[in-house]
Amino acid sequence: MIGCGPRVIPLQGELLGPDIGLGHRLRDSHSLVPSHTDWQEIPVVIVGGGIAGLSAGWRLQQAGFHDFVLLELEDQFGGTSRSGITGSFQYPWAAHYITTPMPENLPLIQLLQEMGVVEEVSADGVPVVAEHFLCREPEERIFCDGVWSEGLYPGAGASRDDLQQKSEFDASMSTWAQKRDAQGRRFFSLPIATGSDDSEVIALDNESMLSWMNRQGWTSPRLYWYVEYGCRDDYGLPLDRTSAWAGILYFAARMRTASKDSQDVITWPSGNGHIVQHLTSRLSDQLRSGQLVCQIVPPQNQDELFGTTVVAYDKQRQQPIGFRTDRVIFALPQFLAPHVIQDFKVRTGRSTADFQYSSWLVANVHLRGRPQENGFPLCWDNILYGSQSLGYVVSTHQSGNDYGPSVFTWYYPFTDISPMQSREKLLQLGWADWADLVLADLSLAHPDIRSLVTRVDIMRWGHAMIQPYPGFVWGPTRKAAAISDGTIHFANTDLSGIALLEEAFYHGVRAADEVLLARAS
Amino acid sequence: MINRAPLSLLYLNVLAIATCGLIYELLAGTLASYVLGDSVTQFSFVIGVYLSAMGVGAWLSQYIQSNLARYFIEIELGLALIGGVSAPVLFLAFPWIDWFRPMLFGMVFSIGVLVGLELPLLMRILKEYLDFGDLVSRVLTFDYIGALLASLLFPILFVPYLGLVRTSLLFGMLNALVAWWSTYLLRPLLSSRGLERLRWRAILVTFLLGVGFFKADQLTTLAEENALGGKIIYTTHSPYQRIAITQKRLGFQLFLNGHLQFNSVDEYRYHEALVHPAMLGNDPPRHVLVMGGGDGLAVRECLKYSSIESLSLVDLDPAMTQLSKNFEPLNRLNQSAFSDPRVKVINEDAFVWIGKPGPQYDAVIIDFPDPGSYSVGKLYTTRFFKLLQKRLKPAALVSVQCTSPLVAPKSYWCIVRTLEAAGFHVRPYHAPVPSFGIWGFALASMSEFDSTPVRFDRVRGELRFLTNDVLQGLFELPADLQPMDSEINRLDNQALVHYYDSEWNRSD
Repeated sequence: MIGCGPRVIPLQGELLGPDIGLGHRLRDSHSLVPSHTDWQEIPVVIVGGGIAGLSAGWRLQQAGFHDFVLLELEDQFGGTSRSGITGSFQYPWAAHYITTPMPENLPLIQLLQEMGVVEEVSADGVPVVAEHFLCREPEERIFCDGVWSEGLYPGAGASRDDLQQKSEFDASMSTWAQKRDAQGRRFFSLPIATGSDDSEVIALDNESMLSWMNRQGWTSPRLYWYVEYGCRDDYGLPLDRTSAWAGILYFAARMRTASKDSQDVITWPSGNGHIVQHLTSRLSDQLRSGQLVCQIVPPQNQDELFGTTVVAYDKQRQQPIGFRTDRVIFALPQFLAPHVIQDFKVRTGRSTADFQYSSWLVANVHLRGRPQENGFPLCWDNILYGSQSLGYVVSTHQSGNDYGPSVFTWYYPFTDISPMQSREKLLQLGWADWADLVLADLSLAHPDIRSLVTRVDIMRWGHAMIQPYPGFVWGPTRKAAAISDGTIHFANTDLSGIALLEEAFYHGVRAADEVLLARAS
Repeated sequence: MINRAPLSLLYLNVLAIATCGLIYELLAGTLASYVLGDSVTQFSFVIGVYLSAMGVGAWLSQYIQSNLARYFIEIELGLALIGGVSAPVLFLAFPWIDWFRPMLFGMVFSIGVLVGLELPLLMRILKEYLDFGDLVSRVLTFDYIGALLASLLFPILFVPYLGLVRTSLLFGMLNALVAWWSTYLLRPLLSSRGLERLRWRAILVTFLLGVGFFKADQLTTLAEENALGGKIIYTTHSPYQRIAITQKRLGFQLFLNGHLQFNSVDEYRYHEALVHPAMLGNDPPRHVLVMGGGDGLAVRECLKYSSIESLSLVDLDPAMTQLSKNFEPLNRLNQSAFSDPRVKVINEDAFVWIGKPGPQYDAVIIDFPDPGSYSVGKLYTTRFFKLLQKRLKPAALVSVQCTSPLVAPKSYWCIVRTLEAAGFHVRPYHAPVPSFGIWGFALASMSEFDSTPVRFDRVRGELRFLTNDVLQGLFELPADLQPMDSEINRLDNQALVHYYDSEWNRSD
């Protein structure tokens, strides 16, 4: 895999990753005590500056509440929605699109309206998205048998049986998308909290997508690949380790009507970094970066004013600082809760061992020109049939820039090895190894790519995505995890069991609403 | 007997035919990559077909029982002919892309079969004089040396210095010479019947290929002229497009990516119709924007108004705008438009440029290529037209070239409806241009306007097509050009590209 082909590595590039050194400091930082002058009292502290934390702050501010701080470990906000910029090029570092929200998702529609992305909302609640924020055609193509063709399904060379199974699958997904439970909720919806918890839906969570497909008689390798692409894309999981509920959700939650394939994709050159930019510009007064939150101590007595303490290590001043507060919104990945919240396991009786995460590698490949093409022209999303990567997204696509230099964002989920193994591999291999892998993969479709590359930057995501493996999403652990621990409220996408901006946003808003409600009483 | 001729001369034969065989294979692979792109696929297909055809040849060789030497020479001649003309023929076939692939693989297959026949025959001829071990080892050694020579010399020497067409013809000649020479070398094995005829045929093939070799330049030009239908007087490849200018008896023509942009004989009809309605309808225009139209012919028409203080031309390709200034026939045709100090050239993608802040204009002329690709289709979207509005003074008129309403009515009305959807008041019009047929335009403004007040006295210089009456007539739509409904062209559907594709493909 690695190291095949001529080793013409471009001159430049960087190996990036969340601040691992500082993160590991968490383990031996519990003894840090801020000096008495480094304490401050503030009613609300948000811990974590990813989409969930930023959304919580956005919601608080919207309600007219400004008395809070948001602490983020990294220098850059946004978590897995962050983006990069080089000269005039912006590009995502991970999450890069959302689908047009359904009328049910009012808060997200409100945010998008505020951003000017949604121009108006029709009488029946359907948001109208401004043309230039919808993904520009041509949207996606697939490289199969030496030729690019339009779409995500490798249709060229498919047998009649392959195509028959594909159309059966599509029809089935459309049926699931139309289904409503007794309360009138969609079976599959985003955020998932607006969808159904009917027993028929939940039962799907007990088996893998692979076994569910086999039971329907669908065994076409092309269909496997097509569906697995969705699972790898949204969950970082192969078919046999994805819950059938999650596998169907990927397709059915994004179909509004039977006549329409899927809700329109909304995207920006910087991916979801565009939403991060908006939220951080709204919140600038409350944001503090470079703060490693080491310990959260719940109050002795629930009613005690400013009884909860949050201790953080200030990277720049190299000193601990402390906050006395009434409410904490914990917007970090859930697996960190026992490390940061004092006596979490003992007091709540909850374990976070069931929260499993996929690792990812994301590369931004800077090009001095466009590679040679064969077949359907360059799209926003470009997929290589049979590759372990997810292909690449063209950051200049949405700006309408069709010529000259560009940045391709290439995605690679570790689906073939366990999360632990993949995190070890992420730390072991160096920049040159990863860059070689990226270029070997791209060379499959673009033999001339090496001559065009000026720079390859690589991001290692150790805990990129929560895994919706069978039994997790509708099992007892996930549900319990969202319940607040006294004055500490939880907000992150893990609480949905799937990693999507829509879910992180939902939990941020929900946690903020909980805090507002608690303060009102 | 044959042992009077040194065996080493026969090994030289092996060397020559091995080199020729591999050269033909490399030629086919390279040509396929040039024409079809994606060199990895093309090379693997060519190599695959070639090798399997060699297998077929080797298998067929068992059916040749007698007259081995005679057959060997005939095969050499056949190979000389097919291999020699392979590159020129494939170049000529280039415009008929549907036929290119069958032709390519047909040739590769025939060459492979013939090459596959050669060696078994030669080995059987030689086996009388050597023991089997020696035979195999020596013949294969020279075969592989030939392959090495070919693969080294092909990229280093032949492609850069001779080009594909001449290389192909040269090795065809070499093959034919091997045949001619073998009639002497293998003389003891040949019956004298028809021997002279065989020799003359070898000489004839060599001669024909030699003529091709010296006329190769004309051949290459002929290939492109076949496609464009005229004598090519200028051609270049920019990062954005293939530019070619052809010459016919009465004038010259500009082609971009093989699509006719204008014919100097009747382009005045197109450009007068495109430009003057937008320039005459209002107060004398002072600041004008031209988008597309790197040939400078629309600019020439604009400069017929003395009121113009500035003119910005936005065209993607610097190779095109520079050609319009530096290629004398074109510079003459656009009346040195690019030397006028009021004209400013901006080489940028109009979609990116229009999104930036900038001054407002009194009149805008849009002369983009037809929407045959997504990268051009985006220039006819509601998004583009809305961005354009920010660059318009309130009463500004915009004229847009909109492809042929007769050949592609859906495409034409899609552009008109898209302008309307973006908030413009639109008046469709058309003009006959012999080189194009009936051509469609749209005149648009954010303010209401009904008829075009005509003040032809403003125009300096002559108009050859437009008169007051003709201009009014252009806005009268004949029965076969009546309005129709259409989807709106948006960035996220590119409906126009799909219409255009199906309508022009149907008409071809």
